[in-house]
Amino acid sequence: MGLLSVVCVSLFFSSTFAVDRGNFKTCDQSAFCKRQRALKPGQSPYRALLETLELSDSRLTLQLINDNNKVHLLLELYRLQGNMTRVKINELKPLKPRFEVPDVLIAEPPTEPLSVLSKDDNGVVLSLGAENQRLIVSARPFRLDIMEGPEVLLSLNSRGLLAFEHLRLHKDTLDFSLPGVEHVYGIPEHADDLKLKTTDGGDPYRLYNLDVFQYELYNPMALYGSIPVMLAHNTQRTMGIFWLNAAETWVDISSNTAGKTVFGKMLDFVQGSSEKPQTDVRWISESGIIDVFIMLGPKPSKVFSQYASLTGTQSFPPLASLGYHQCRWNYNDQEDVKSVDQGFDQHDIPYDFIWLDIEHADGKRYFTWDPHKFPQPKEMLQGLMDKRRKMVSIVDPHIRVDSGYKIHNEITSKDFYVKNKDGKNYEGWCWPGNSGYPDFTKPEMRAWWASMFAYDQYEGSMENLFTWNDMNEPSVFNGPEVTMHKDALHGKWEHRDIHNIYGLYVQMATAEGQIQRSGGVERPFVLTRAFFAGSQRYGAVWTGDNAAEWDHLKISIPMCLSLGLVGVSFCGADVGGFFKNPSTELLVRWYQTGAYQPFFRAHAHLDTTRREPWLFGPENTALIREVIRQRYALLPYWYQLFYQAHKTGMPVMRPLWVDYPKDTATFTIDDEFLIGSDLLVHPVTEEGSRGVTAYLPGAEEVWYDVHTFQKHNGAQNLYIPVTLSSIPVFQRGGSIIPRKDRVRRSSTCMENDPYTLYVALSPKKFAEGELYIDDGHSFNYDTKKEFIHRSLTFANNALTSSNLCPDCNFLTSSWIEKVLILGASKPSKVLLKMDGKETPVDFEFDTSMSVLTLRKPGMNAGADWTLLLQ
Amino acid sequence: MTCLHLLLTLVFAVSLGTPVEIQRPRGVPLTKKQFYEESKPFTCLDGSRTIPFDRVNDDYCDCKDGSDEPGTAACPNGSFHCTNAGYRPMFIPSSRINDGICDCCDTTDEYNSGAKCENTCKELGRKEREVLQKMAEITKEGFLLKQQLIEEAKKGQQEKQSKVTDMQENKKQLDEKVEALRTVKETAEQPEKEAKERHLKAWEEQKAAIRLEKDKAKMAETFLELDDNADGFVSVSELQSHAELDPDADGTLTEIEAQGLMGGAEQVDTSTFESVWPKIKDKYHSESQAEEPAPVETPPDEVKEPVVDNDSEPYPEDDISEEEDEDDEDEDDYHEDDDKAQPTIKTPEKTHEDEEAMPPYDADTQALIDAAQKARDDFEEAEKALREMDDQIRNIEKELSFDFGPDAEFTYLYSQCYELTTSEYIYRLCPFNRVSQKPKYGGSETNLGTWGSWSGPENNKYLLMKYEQGTGCWQGPNRSTTVKLTCGKETVVTSTSEPSRCEYLMEFTTPAVCQEPANIDPSPHDHVEL
Repeated sequence: MGLLSVVCVSLFFSSTFAVDRGNFKTCDQSAFCKRQRALKPGQSPYRALLETLELSDSRLTLQLINDNNKVHLLLELYRLQGNMTRVKINELKPLKPRFEVPDVLIAEPPTEPLSVLSKDDNGVVLSLGAENQRLIVSARPFRLDIMEGPEVLLSLNSRGLLAFEHLRLHKDTLDFSLPGVEHVYGIPEHADDLKLKTTDGGDPYRLYNLDVFQYELYNPMALYGSIPVMLAHNTQRTMGIFWLNAAETWVDISSNTAGKTVFGKMLDFVQGSSEKPQTDVRWISESGIIDVFIMLGPKPSKVFSQYASLTGTQSFPPLASLGYHQCRWNYNDQEDVKSVDQGFDQHDIPYDFIWLDIEHADGKRYFTWDPHKFPQPKEMLQGLMDKRRKMVSIVDPHIRVDSGYKIHNEITSKDFYVKNKDGKNYEGWCWPGNSGYPDFTKPEMRAWWASMFAYDQYEGSMENLFTWNDMNEPSVFNGPEVTMHKDALHGKWEHRDIHNIYGLYVQMATAEGQIQRSGGVERPFVLTRAFFAGSQRYGAVWTGDNAAEWDHLKISIPMCLSLGLVGVSFCGADVGGFFKNPSTELLVRWYQTGAYQPFFRAHAHLDTTRREPWLFGPENTALIREVIRQRYALLPYWYQLFYQAHKTGMPVMRPLWVDYPKDTATFTIDDEFLIGSDLLVHPVTEEGSRGVTAYLPGAEEVWYDVHTFQKHNGAQNLYIPVTLSSIPVFQRGGSIIPRKDRVRRSSTCMENDPYTLYVALSPKKFAEGELYIDDGHSFNYDTKKEFIHRSLTFANNALTSSNLCPDCNFLTSSWIEKVLILGASKPSKVLLKMDGKETPVDFEFDTSMSVLTLRKPGMNAGADWTLLLQ
Repeated sequence: MTCLHLLLTLVFAVSLGTPVEIQRPRGVPLTKKQFYEESKPFTCLDGSRTIPFDRVNDDYCDCKDGSDEPGTAACPNGSFHCTNAGYRPMFIPSSRINDGICDCCDTTDEYNSGAKCENTCKELGRKEREVLQKMAEITKEGFLLKQQLIEEAKKGQQEKQSKVTDMQENKKQLDEKVEALRTVKETAEQPEKEAKERHLKAWEEQKAAIRLEKDKAKMAETFLELDDNADGFVSVSELQSHAELDPDADGTLTEIEAQGLMGGAEQVDTSTFESVWPKIKDKYHSESQAEEPAPVETPPDEVKEPVVDNDSEPYPEDDISEEEDEDDEDEDDYHEDDDKAQPTIKTPEKTHEDEEAMPPYDADTQALIDAAQKARDDFEEAEKALREMDDQIRNIEKELSFDFGPDAEFTYLYSQCYELTTSEYIYRLCPFNRVSQKPKYGGSETNLGTWGSWSGPENNKYLLMKYEQGTGCWQGPNRSTTVKLTCGKETVVTSTSEPSRCEYLMEFTTPAVCQEPANIDPSPHDHVEL
């Protein structure tokens, strides 16, 4: 292994600027992928043995036989509550048990009864309870079809690609056909467009968590994280496929319309002779069982709640973590941290978190501090706390093999390291040199890890210190494809079985540690690079080591949109680009884009020049200050959306089609996006741009420019001239967005500040929105119902705040300082009705933009009130 | 939030110690008090609109310029004035009012946030006065030192200027001297050259004669050797016994071939052998010394004679000796290899060399050579002196061309170096030359930049020095260093850091940047208010 390190170092520090594809496998180089992909449709050897069918209340089992080798498989079918179907296929009598992924589902999914509608020699028809959905099991060859009325929604093994390799290596494959579907999304993480491409003639999309040095854009190569969830969408229905398997996985996508021109499709339509468009998907995994959840929607929001019911929702982050984060590899020492902190005050720019990368630790021994550079960590943290700001330090899962290092010694003595195939501690090279890798799949190891975040264990830590888990793919510089050997051992399972979930466990244990150190009171904040299905429950994700290039700015949008679709809302990209130095224009544009993405952090490589926001002349400092302030003003809206995401699974940053599922024009848009339902953002991502064309969706909608309040109709492509200060953002008519327009040094400083309500009227003079308030950092919203959740409705010329949670209790000193009503007409009088009293409210009316401003109505943000326009 | 105090009563001491009460809205400096009159409507300071006075500081922003809310955080662009009695008054952005963080030392910014602030103005004022006093002392002393530096620099500059002038005068004389000596040298070299050529020619002729003689002797000797039967004739068969003479190199010397060599004759006598000899002498192996190699012609360039025609080389002796060394080595190597392959005795060669060594010059020639050599030596010496003088002039001119500040106060830093040792490195600043870094515990020095330019702000560019184009960084730029100069009595590097990869920052104190101390009372408090 020592010898290999040389190879690894040259790989990692390669001077060429692009991923070295030679270091990462293609499907052809992956034996199982090549072999399974070579299977041709229509040759399925599998047959259902209908006589073995057993149906308990909600569980159907049936044996399948491979007629070539007579191996029997066991098929299990479940109807799950909430319009989902689960299909499990395993060997009936495996030579060696296959791995089933634990800790991803939040609970055993509740089932619903299944019933047999009919049965003959060819197959069985089952009722799926809801609607008139049926599941048809065909015996020879084996296939499954899910139908609703006369429509086939989805077929399994219709192409006969089901394959189980039975010997030592447990490859498995299954194909899905999606009739009527032309648009599929999801299966992050790939640096690619939002709409997944067909993979015929190229490589399949690969899911295998890898530390890819200087990744390339627009290709299906694997990146740092994997979420094996695909969404299929057409104007009628949205469905999802969740392939619960943590081994290396490849996903092939083909389409019968992919090659057709628009004209060809039209011709088919006119002639009525066309075959129905169809997308076929093949999943190939290296090991484990087949365990598939078919989420039948039908609405996008339903698929999100279905997936959330299986794997949980986005954790509700501390409010401060939605502010701006200042990071760099590295802030050199305490003095540096102090001067950067002061820089923000000198330039009157708000921020909440300053980050310390790997150089802060003593010799890359995480949980320690470099004694020369950071001799007084508590003093530093106290300094930040005095400014009501916070810090993040990095804690990576590779542990320096060093008998003088407490963490290493404890892991060794507790025998918590991953083992190599010979049963010795697995060792690999990473930042500290020779390193061990704790076995995070062990619950007792995770419990111990969590205990290391206690204030008396992590010396120098304080309650305003949070954590960043990097390199948790895991990254092993001298390992195959820069990761762990597949034959390394996690207890009785090989690394190949669990690979994609390792990173999830690291973040899980770290978040648990942060919760525990506060006695279960405070919400954690942990950023991770590697992730898997379920990672949304533990914190934030960023898109890894991008570069200061315009295309990397562009790709940040589809990358975070794809993550949002599969549960991970708290996503961001390194603002400015990690590698290389951005031009000033790119940096400004990136701040403008990042300010409207969920996780907003600037980060830079060690070799880049400094790029704190004030280093590019007063004009650019002003531009960056302005957009960070816009972010802070909108924090109440962001926070409310995260609350919603936490409660319902709705993504915070969304593709347009999620809210406009019948508008085909939205299906491929990934240069603009929605924040919640009410803000549409089209960032400027072209160098030297003088204008952008934004699509405003919704024939019934109107959209208001948030800077000028100009109104635009929906269902149009709008050309917007831009300057370097422009950030095209629109508020949907019909929505109410609460803002805090008094921007301060940090989000915590804004806690008691008043709100301004931006009421954007629909053409029918209606609007609604919500206001969510809690302490911003504890679990009391959950454990003690200490929050305010209000519905704001504008209808019939009255704006009303009503309580959505009457049994909640939380007191705020925030009040409503101003109400802006966009698209209003001028009233003669405005009255505030509250506590049975009516008081007049001052107002101003801007006729040019039809904006009515109510001056200082003054009611408490938690109160019931009505504002009447007369 | 609606019950904010509109007015703030300020009590502070004027210099005479009489307490005075001045009422004005919270956050308004005295200088602007006149704009906030309680009895009148308030006009925003930008004139944009007029509002009832009860909307001043009512925690709602009415004026675009923020002037109606000097004491609340309502306006995004407002500013709050704290008097900070005992210390310095200051403005803070109004977003810092009641944000839970104590910004004003008199605590007036946190009147409604619950933050527990302590009035630290007195303490701060005391500390600041101490610092200012210290600074003033330093500045004062530093400024005095600076005056000396300026004096010295001016003196030095004048001295150098006059030195340059003197030297340029001397140089002119030297130039002439060199030219004169060149003529002398050339005049002496002409007869020298002729005499040496004569000598060489005579020696060449002599050598040719000797060679001919030797050849003849060898021929006679060979004839005797070949004439096996001693009949005074060399016959075909006698010749055939020397297979090495075989002209077609097939290994045998046939009769016909032998006859061919002998010009068709069956045998030759000594006189006709003279025409045979040239054809065979190169190949012929003597019977007595079968292994003896053919005589080697000593190449003329191996002849060791004093090198005399090397005027253009600045250091002829050194160069020559080096070349010789190399040659010797090469020859040694060559011989070594040769010895292994063919162990020959080199004595005959030696004999040849001895025989062919050039005889010494005759007295006349030698006299001419000696005379020319002296002329050359004189010339070279004069030329060297001229070069040295040129260098000196150039150096002084270079030094004079540096921008040593408006009063040349930085002159003293020239050709000095200052070091700072940190836990890992020794940093070295040689002003106007370069900055470098050397690991404390061994390792090679890294160039952190060579002198580039003054790069301070427009109003005083002499506050920063920029050193550029140091050693390149891996995948990064060339190292560079910015040196920040501050006033101090001593000339010292006080700190170094690397804020950005390969971009260093060095702090350096010197009296040369000390400004003339202002002649006012440094006591800072309250004078703005009065």
